[in-house]
Formats: sequence, structure tokens, C-alpha cells
Amino acid sequence: MSVVQIGRSVVDPCHDQPSARRTYLIKLAMVALGVVTAVFAMVAPAAAHLPAQTDSESIPELRGTMRTVDEGGESIFVEGINLTITDASGAELGQAVTDADGEWVFELPEGGTYEVFLDEATLPDGVPLRNPDRNPLTVDVGNGASRTVLFPLGDAAVSTDTTIEIVQLTVDGIKLGLVIGMSAIGLSLIYGTTGLTNFAHGEMVTFGAMVAFLFNVTGVFGWTTSLIVAAILSFIVCGVAGGLFNAGVWRPLRRRGASLIAALVASLGFSILFRYMMLYQFGGRAKLYKDYQIQEKVDFGWFSIVPKDIFIIVFSVAVLIGIAIALQRTRAGKAMRAVSDNRDLAESSGIDVELVIKWVWVSGSALAGLGGVLFGLTESIGWEMGFRILLLMFAAVTLGGLGSAYGALLGSLIVGIFIQVSTIVIPTDMKNVGALLMLMLILLIRPDGLLGRSERIG
Amino acid sequence: MDIGAIFENTMRGFIGEQFIFFALAAIGLNIHFGFTGLLNFGQAVFMAAGAYGLSMMVVTWGLNFWVGVFVGLVIFPFILAVILGAPTLRLRADYLAIVTIAAAEIFRIMVRSPTFDRWTGSSDGLGGFATDFYDLSPFDPSERYFFDLFIGNQMWVVLIGWIVLAMAAFACWLLIRSPWGRVVKAIREDEDAARSLGKNAYWYKMQALYIGGVFGAMGGMLRAIGTQSAQPDNFITDVTFFVWVALILGGAGKVLGPVIGAAVLYAILNFSDIVLRQGVESNNIPDSIMSGTQVGQVRFMLVGLGLVLLATFRPQGILGNKEEMALDDR
Amino acid sequence: MTADLPANDAVNDPEAARAAMRDVAQEPGVAKPDPILVADGVARRFGGLTAVDVEHVEVQRGIITALIGPNGAGKTTLFNLLTNFDTPDAGTRTFDGNVIDKVPAHKIANHGMVRTFQLTKALSKMSVLDNMMLGATNQRGEKMWRSMVPFSWKQQEAEIELEAEALLDRFNMLHMRDEFAGTLSGGQRKLLEMARALMVKPKMVMLDEPMAGVNPALTQSLLQHVVGLRDEGMTVLFVEHDMDMVQEISDWVIVMAEGAIIAEGPPGAIGSNQAVVDAYLGSHHGEPLDLDADI
Ligand SMILES: Nc1ncnc2c1ncn2[C@@H]1O[C@H](COP(=O)(O)OP(=O)(O)OP(=O)(O)O)[C@@H](O)[C@H]1O
Ligand SMILES: [Mg+2]
Repeated sequence: MSVVQIGRSVVDPCHDQPSARRTYLIKLAMVALGVVTAVFAMVAPAAAHLPAQTDSESIPELRGTMRTVDEGGESIFVEGINLTITDASGAELGQAVTDADGEWVFELPEGGTYEVFLDEATLPDGVPLRNPDRNPLTVDVGNGASRTVLFPLGDAAVSTDTTIEIVQLTVDGIKLGLVIGMSAIGLSLIYGTTGLTNFAHGEMVTFGAMVAFLFNVTGVFGWTTSLIVAAILSFIVCGVAGGLFNAGVWRPLRRRGASLIAALVASLGFSILFRYMMLYQFGGRAKLYKDYQIQEKVDFGWFSIVPKDIFIIVFSVAVLIGIAIALQRTRAGKAMRAVSDNRDLAESSGIDVELVIKWVWVSGSALAGLGGVLFGLTESIGWEMGFRILLLMFAAVTLGGLGSAYGALLGSLIVGIFIQVSTIVIPTDMKNVGALLMLMLILLIRPDGLLGRSERIG
Repeated sequence: MDIGAIFENTMRGFIGEQFIFFALAAIGLNIHFGFTGLLNFGQAVFMAAGAYGLSMMVVTWGLNFWVGVFVGLVIFPFILAVILGAPTLRLRADYLAIVTIAAAEIFRIMVRSPTFDRWTGSSDGLGGFATDFYDLSPFDPSERYFFDLFIGNQMWVVLIGWIVLAMAAFACWLLIRSPWGRVVKAIREDEDAARSLGKNAYWYKMQALYIGGVFGAMGGMLRAIGTQSAQPDNFITDVTFFVWVALILGGAGKVLGPVIGAAVLYAILNFSDIVLRQGVESNNIPDSIMSGTQVGQVRFMLVGLGLVLLATFRPQGILGNKEEMALDDR
Repeated sequence: MTADLPANDAVNDPEAARAAMRDVAQEPGVAKPDPILVADGVARRFGGLTAVDVEHVEVQRGIITALIGPNGAGKTTLFNLLTNFDTPDAGTRTFDGNVIDKVPAHKIANHGMVRTFQLTKALSKMSVLDNMMLGATNQRGEKMWRSMVPFSWKQQEAEIELEAEALLDRFNMLHMRDEFAGTLSGGQRKLLEMARALMVKPKMVMLDEPMAGVNPALTQSLLQHVVGLRDEGMTVLFVEHDMDMVQEISDWVIVMAEGAIIAEGPPGAIGSNQAVVDAYLGSHHGEPLDLDADI
């Protein structure tokens, strides 16, 4: 809780000092950071910390936990379920029975492909298999690996009731939309203040996720931190990186009067350069954070959700509200909106445009990095993740109207919900297609977006 | 170090198949961007339209090879140009950029999806559609030709490729020096001025998007023929950036810019590729710094770096001059 | 020289057209004896700001009409609306007897109305000659497929080139025909843009501040060109802040303020109009406007 106080003590208002503008801008960053830390500190304990899987056993094995959920949402572990394991040739290797904790283990002679058959007759009454057609299950086991075999029981999560399904997907969509929105604010503000369509913004998202991975899993100088600390560090690193990116590349380009198209092409160059540098460094396999991987869903009746996702939603909303307040109330925030709205007017009314741009880059990149961490937490961390999200960000920002921070948010939520809900009709592996097609449709119908405005002619 | 192999590989980059595929696509992009000012970042999709137009007609629907060529060069690019252009060509230039990149992603997702496996072969792609083409080859598949640079079938692709490339460059030259070219150049500079003089800017941009797309499809189709397969990975978004680097390197807005750019680009890429590979194999470059798979990633980094450096320091490329530079508009 | 100029099928005697204006009442929105362009109830709002709200206005055929008004009066916006470069929130526009509300901007030019822009749009990376030749309409070589068959359009191209050279000659710019338009001075660009507009052979030209930034030495020749256009039967509507010029060449003046037409009349009378004085100087001023001063 002390963190919150740090955040507050900085917000104490002191007007019209000589370097007031600078202090206010620093405050803006601190407010954002304060919100980040505070929310992490408050909400994180609610997210259950379950042990990560270990794979140090030398004997390959199959394992699993059979459980069902009662009316009150409590987990009930089911004892005495019979499982039969056969190898690739169809020969039966033996059986396993769940213990009082619902757990079963079966040691295998070697890695390979096996089939696990659950004897439904041994299930308690009223507890069916959720996917009866996925029995037996075929699994691949590596040598020395422990492989979890999942037989979901009951029909709690997957509902045939479409309204419930829609509610569930909407909740998922809100989560996705919030993460997209957090990442997209920078994209929109950078466009608004400098006119640059920054295609390298997605790489900042990836970078944020990977920096957090570095602190959380890989370790720096031999020590690792919890994901929360890693996220804060990543937030800072990305902010600094964004500031340096602006100072080292974009500011000189603006100074030289480089055309916006040249800048756009350069940003694409950076996008591909950074993307492959990260691939080079981190490899092509998707990765997961150490914390909060396996969590049990909390059932809210109409939908169920894992604690970390609750955390992500609450946290994102808090950050976004913090941003909205900062944009609305602080001088720096107002200056950002003013420059984004009309750069010349802002400049002639005495706003230091370059300074504002610098802070747009710093805060926008920090938020993009944070968005990356959250995205990595809900899905996984991969070298192309930012580029994928970039397109969704574009869809969101276009929908909301390029250059408007609130538009970016609104657009992100719509895009997020649309993507998830559309999976009712679109195969899941193609869900992003719907959003991208929507992008094209929006341009046909309402090219200036929902909150955008038209350009001047003549 | 094997100097001979390095030289051979570099030469192959300079005049070989990769160069031809990308030079064709870059000629198309030159019509889009260099002359009309369209920010098309989905040229890979037009290339894919050529590749899949041909292969799907032949493999999926069992039609004649030449029907496939027609569909891949004429019909598919047309559909694509309408889909991409209709929503964006009335809007500011960067919307086309966003939509074309999005289209590349849509293509990647859809073609790889098992849902359409029946038609596209999903991530494995399609193969075995080019036999009609190779049946016409006068070259012996087991022989080497042209200073031993190409084996028979390769030689046939390269020969046809060069002919197609020459014709494409000529057609581009005709287009650009005509009144049509004058109109699209005017649109590149100031669409409103062109409209005030009675030119239907939207329509011209659509035409440019289509015709440039046709050249892109030629490149993609030849690539599919050359590799004897149409695979999603050959037409991912990043492929577009190779085309962009080739174009800007050679000089956007110059008829021969994309050709020279593609040649130089592939010479450089092939050169760096083989030098690094030899370094890794001979352990002159330790494994901790670079592994075999990482060599392949270096070429993408080079392309990214190339785009950055060209856009910031030499936007006019090798051939261009500052006065006519396309990258400097708006 | 006259032969090179756009022949106007609706050529009226410009003298007669001007004479007809003598009896027209000096009030905003007044009907003209032979209007070529009519706007009715045209309004355009940007957010909360009403940039244009014109009840009714007509432009007489065959004369020079000046459109004046303080900065931000909505003159450029009205130009955009009349040429369909912008879509009004309401209103109807008629050109030469045809309703043009749904006609796209480029077709307006083909109907015979060409506009220039306040911020000059010379195509700076094209040569002066190419700029000119671009203006010609109905070029065969502008069709995509045909363009690749040069002999089908070479002949027409040669004719257009002669036409363009003749016009350039008339505007004293022939010696720069092969230079990039980007190398021209601001005034020369204005000239080029006007000459280019004439390549369309319009019935009516709309010039948005044609003299802005043109050096005084060039202004005179520009003025003479504008008068010359009228004398060949073309209708001219131009926006101008320099009252000397308005006095010198216009036959009729329309005054806009805050989006509305507030006064109309012959140039000699407009300066003493109370509404105009109020619009330019604020309503507390009583004395007549000194139209010799630049505003
Ligand atoms: N695209 C636009 N978006 C918002 N406001 C606009 C737009 N275009 C014009 N305006 C506003 O409409 C009003 C009229 O502008 P307009 O350019 O028509 O004036 P004008 O009479 O041509 O002025 P000037 O003499 O300075 O050229 C101005 O207040 C201007 O700010
Ligand atoms: Mg104006």
C-alpha cells in the first residue's frame, strides 16, 4: 500500500512554477506509474498463485486431475475414475484410478504416442464427460516429460445456450479490447501529434512482453522477479525505449522535414528489423510467464473467468481511467490533446510541441509495453504477437477515428468484443479475419471513424 | 571460404529466379507507389493471387494450365484490386497502407486455415500444377546451363522470366509515357488538382492498383512455377517488404528502378547469406552468436534496415533524382 | 490567337451581358437575367461552426463576378461546395441549367466549370508543359489499355501540345515549358494554374485568390488575361482580397460574411453599402469603406 502513497504524494498540486510544464509532464508519467503499481499491489493478491509445472522427472508419465464444480462454485475432486492407457500399437499398458484428490498418474516406459480411455461407467451419477466424443484421447509424450491429460467433466463452461455463450464471449472480448486499447492509445496519439502512422508500434508491444519475460523467467544477472515487478520494469524500459526512439530517429527526421510517407516507410523498416531482431534473440517458440499459468475458473453463472483475467480487466480499466483522468485534468494531458487536435494552433498558443511529442512517445510506448505483458499473460509471448495486435489496433483506431485517444479506446472495445463474439459463426483460427474485414467495411461506410473528423480541402 | 560458391550465389541473385520474381512484383509496385502514389503494402497478396489463381485452377478444379494462367493474371488481381481499392482509394493514402497489410494478414490466416484445406491445401500449399509448363522446356533437366549457374528446369524458368520481365518493363514504359501515365503522376502529386481538371482520380487509382497488381501476380505465378508449389509462407506480409526495398533501392518512379533494385538487392542478400552460412558451417562464426536458422533471419533484418536507411538517407534510390522523387510527396 | 481559345458555344456578347446587369437590384441573392450558376439553400457546417449558409445566389453568364469577404467568411468553402469538392449539408446547385448536386467533382469540370485553388496546386514534379497538357479533356491516351498503343493517340497528343504551347505563349510562359513546375515562382504557379484550367475549355472559371502572392508587375498581365477571358465569352467568378483589383476588372461583386451573402452590387457601389462596411470593420463604424485600401 505504500506504493499508493508514493503515487499520491507526487500528485500534490503546485501550480505555475518556472519549470511547471516539465514537472507536470513528469507527474503525468508518475500518475500513470502510480496507478499501475497501486492496482498491481491491490488486485494481484486476489489472483491465486498456483505452482508452475515442473518437468524435471526423468520418467515419462501421464497425469491428470478429475474434478467437477458444485452449485456453489466449489471444486469437487472425483475419486475412483478408471482410465485405461494403450500404446500406439493398441496394446493395453495398464490402468490408472484417481485418488481422493482426483489425481491420477501413470508412468510410461518411454516417450511416444498413447491413447487414454476414460471408463464413463466409473463416473459418479450426474457428472458426464463434457466432450464425450473426445474419449479416448490421443497424446504425445516426450522422453522424460510429464504430460497432463485433460478430461473436462460436467457441462458448466461450454453451454449450448447461445445467450450465455454470447455473454461469455463478450467478457472475453472486453478483456481483449482493453488490452488492444491500452496498446493503441500510443499509436493514436503519435499519429495525432506527429502525423506518423507508426507501423513499428506493434514491436513495442512485443518488446514489452519480452522484457517482462526476461525479468520474470530468463533472469537478469542471475535473479528473476515476480511478474508484477517484471511488468513494472517492462513499463519503464518501454517508456525509456520509446523516448529514445523518438529522440534518436523521429525527432531528427521531423527536423529535416522528411515527408510523412518516407517516415511511414521507415517505420515499416523498423517494424521488420525489430521483429526479426527479437526472433533472433528469443527464438520462434511461444513462451509463457512463470506466474499465474494454471488457474481455476471462477463461475459467475452467465460466464466464468480465471482470476488472472479478472485481474487484467480490473487493472486495464484502472489504467485506462487513470489515463483518461490524466488526459482530462493534467496540463500535460491537455497539451497532448491540444496538439493532437490542432498542432499549429497548439504551437501558436505557446505549447512546446516537441516536448509534448516526446511524452506522447514515452507514455504511449510504456503503455504498449504494458499491453504486451497483459497480452502475453492471457495468451502467450511470441515474436510476432505485436505485429498481429498492430493490425487489430489499426482496426480499432480507424474505427474510433485516427488521432483520438478516446476513439482508440472505444474502437478497441468494439473490435475486441467483435472478434470474440464472431467466433460463434467464424472458426476460431480465423477470428481476426472478421475484425479486419470490419476495418474495411468501416472505411467504406464511415471513413473518419466514430469520433474522427474530416480533412480540409482547397 | 569458398570464393567460387560465393560468386556463383551472388550472380544467381543478380540475374536468377528470385530476382525475376521480385523485379516483376516491384514493377507493379512502381506503378502503384512510384507513379500513382498508392501505398500498397499488400503486394505479396497480389503475388499470391497469381500463384493461387494458377494452382487452384489446375489442382483444385482440374482445369487447364492456361486457364489457370488467365485466372491468376487477370481475374484474381481484379477481384483483389476491387476489394482493396473500393473502401480506401477515396481516402487518405495511409488507409490503403493499413488495409493492404490487413489483407495480407487475412490471406495468411485464411490460406493456412484447415477450414479451406480442400481448396488451398492449407499450410502445405498446392503443388504439381506446372507440368504443362516444364513439358515445353527445351532444356535437359539434368544438364547445367549459362555458365553452369542454372540446371535445366531452372534455366527454362529464368529464360521465360527474363522474357516476361522485359515485356513487363516495356509495357510499364509505354504506360508511363502516355497520357494515362501523366494523369496518374498528377494524382500522385495532387489528387484534387487532377480532379479539378476533370480526371476521375478514383477510377485511375483503381486502374493503377489493378494493373500493378497484375505485374505482381506475374511475379507470384512465376515464383509458384519456379518452386513448383504455391505455399502461404512464400507470400507472407514480409515478402512485400522485399519488394519495397527493391523498388526504393532502384528508384521509385523510374521505369528501370525496380529491375535494378531487385537485382542489387538479391545480389546483396545472396552474398550475405552464403558468407554467413559458410562462416557458421566452418565455425568461424561461433554457434553462440549465430546458428544455421538464424542466418535466414538476418536477411529480413537487412531488408528492414535497408528500408530504414533508404527512406531516411536516400529516398530517391540508385536511379532517381531528388526533383522527381516519389517518396517525398505529401 | 483567338482561335486557340476555348470557343464557347453559349457565347453571348459580353457587352450585352454587362448591360443587362445594370437593371439588377443591388440586394443579396438577387435574380440575374441569365444566370449560369445558381445555388439555393446551400449550407455547410463543421462541428458547431456554420462555414456557409447561403440562401440563394446566382452568377451571371459572361461577366466577371468578384466574391469578396473577410477572412473566414466561407468563400473557399462555398467554392468547394459549388464544385462538389465538398458536400453541403443541404441545398441545391444548378450549373448551366443542370442540377449538379450528385455530380462528382471531376465531372463538374467536364460540364464546363473549372476551379483553381487558393493554395496553388501546380504539379511540381511535372514539367510546365505536362501540367498544361493534363488539362485537355477527352484524351484517347488516357484510357489504360489504349495508352499502351501509342499510335492511337500520338496524333491527338501533338494537337494538344500545340494548344498548350499557344496558351503558354499567351501567358508569357512558353520559355519555361520544359521546366519542372516546382521551380516556378509563386506568381508563375498561379499563372500556370489558370492557364491549365483553360486547357479544359470551360464555360466558367472559378479562381480562388488568383492574385495572392503575385508580384505587382505580374498582376497587371494576370488582370488582362482575366478580362480577356471574359471578352471571349467566358464566365469568371473570382475571390480576391485586393479591392483595387476588384474595382478594376469585376462587373459585379458579391460580398460574403460569416457564411452568408450579405450584399451584391456593381463594384462602384459596393463600398458604400452599410452591411459591407459593418462586415469588414465591425458594426460600430459609420463612415463609408475606403475601397482603395487593401483589406
Ligand atoms: N475542413 C474544415 N474543418 C473545419 N473547419 C473548416 C474547414 N474548412 C473550413 N473551415 C472553417 O470554415 C470557415 C470558412 O473558411 P473558408 O476557408 O471558406 O474562408 P475564406 O472565406 O475562404 O477565408 P480566406 O479569405 O481566409 O481564404 C473558417 O472559419 C474555417 O476555419
Ligand atoms: Mg479562402
